[in-house]
Amino acid sequence: MLVRRSGDLADAQDALQDALLAATTQWPAQGVPDNPRAWLVVVGQNKLVDRYRSEEARRRREELVGTMEAVDAGDAFETDDSLLLLFGCCHPALSPASAVALTLRSVGGLTTAEIARAFLVPEATMAQRLSRARRTLRDLDGPFRMPSAQDYPARLRAVLRVLYLMFNEGYASTTGTSVARADLSAEALRLTRTLHESLPDDPEVAGLLALVLLTDARRPARTGPRGELVSLTDQDRGLWDRAMVDEGVALVEDALVRGSVGEYQLQAAIAAVHDEAPSTDATDWPQLLALYGLLERMTGNPMVTLNRAVALAMVRGPDAGLALLATLDDRLPGHHRLAAVRGHLMDRAGRPGEAADQLLLAARGTTSLAERDYLLVQVARLRHGSAS
Amino acid sequence: MKYMLLMNYFIEGVPPIDQWAPEDVQRHIQFQHDLGAELVANGEFVDGQGLAWPATAKLVRSDGVSDPVVTDGPFPESKEFLAGYWTVDVEDEARAIAIAAKASAAPGPGGAPIQQVFEVRALMEAPAPVE
Repeated sequence: MLVRRSGDLADAQDALQDALLAATTQWPAQGVPDNPRAWLVVVGQNKLVDRYRSEEARRRREELVGTMEAVDAGDAFETDDSLLLLFGCCHPALSPASAVALTLRSVGGLTTAEIARAFLVPEATMAQRLSRARRTLRDLDGPFRMPSAQDYPARLRAVLRVLYLMFNEGYASTTGTSVARADLSAEALRLTRTLHESLPDDPEVAGLLALVLLTDARRPARTGPRGELVSLTDQDRGLWDRAMVDEGVALVEDALVRGSVGEYQLQAAIAAVHDEAPSTDATDWPQLLALYGLLERMTGNPMVTLNRAVALAMVRGPDAGLALLATLDDRLPGHHRLAAVRGHLMDRAGRPGEAADQLLLAARGTTSLAERDYLLVQVARLRHGSAS
Repeated sequence: MKYMLLMNYFIEGVPPIDQWAPEDVQRHIQFQHDLGAELVANGEFVDGQGLAWPATAKLVRSDGVSDPVVTDGPFPESKEFLAGYWTVDVEDEARAIAIAAKASAAPGPGGAPIQQVFEVRALMEAPAPVE
């Protein structure tokens, strides 16, 4: 509605922010919800969706738009209009990459120039990408409202996916402008935290927040002085951020006891097992094996099976892991990560020649410079016996 | 994913552009300009450069101690010369190939598609998420 009226999503977003802020001051007087945060949260939890979508509410919102000029915009991020915008930006009509960029711009605190830097594209390109995304949403006829009760679970999953991708975009890269990339992770953490504050009872939101904290905690240890990747085994665990680990562990433990176990909680639980272990050898691999088994059943994702093979190898030896990998050849044909894990397990099984062949295969397939460098060093070590 | 679309200078059966009629050259230049504008408008453009004639190229070789050996072009033994490139940031490899296909069909003499060969190469970047 707002989008149609103004003809431009950026303007409409501002108008909507203002309108919602107006709502926070006017609703109580009008006797609608007492607390707009609680109101939107409840909407999110599917209890007042019908009221929100009713004609009466629509009329009220239209009145609010009419009065919005008089309202000070204030800090949008302090109110739950950011929740509404977040759900709007994570619309399934957008590609994940566009949704990440639009979320950073519209909900997060990043400028177009900053987002462009983080994604290593010119600012004009990012500006176009954002405006195309806005156009896509505009053509959808008013996406900036909370999804219906029926659509809510799927949309919440999309929101979590976008935040997870945003975090990984910033975390996984060790090349390029690492400072700008780290901003993405920080923004993802901040937005996930905000989402958790808005939806404190959703165990998967808590699970994602825990996962982000437990992963980000290792950031200081995961790259060496030249930006090279350091494997979990070789990381100096004293560099891990204990406060983040503690917060993440508490979150995931609390979420898991609520009963409805989801993908992010399981991933967070896996990260927690690693983060609480003093070393690779002293890690609770049987528990990891069980968690990967649950995650595998839940997602059917062959990459999870790949990780389960690593855990299996730690519990029952490399040959058991290699046997499990053999079941993945059809599902991940020629995937560099399958070759990387196979090479790693062959190395552990005392087959350095075959291990080197597999790791070289992986090095040729990866599109990550840091990962390729790491694999090539391992190949050289296996073929020439020199330490890295 | 970012891809570099590398444009080969040599084109089978098409004379070098300095032998084309002026309107053919104009049309070709306009095509490249429009393609660049389209990539920007799509939010896919990262970089694009045309390189100077191979005849102006220099080959440099050095052992790090003596003076470097610098050789002037052209180098008739080689047909493989980079003429230019586009760098694009796209959803997947299929889209990079579609852009390369469009660029490959750039108009040549008489407006016929020159069918220039493009090499599509992924840029090294972040590893996929893993845990």
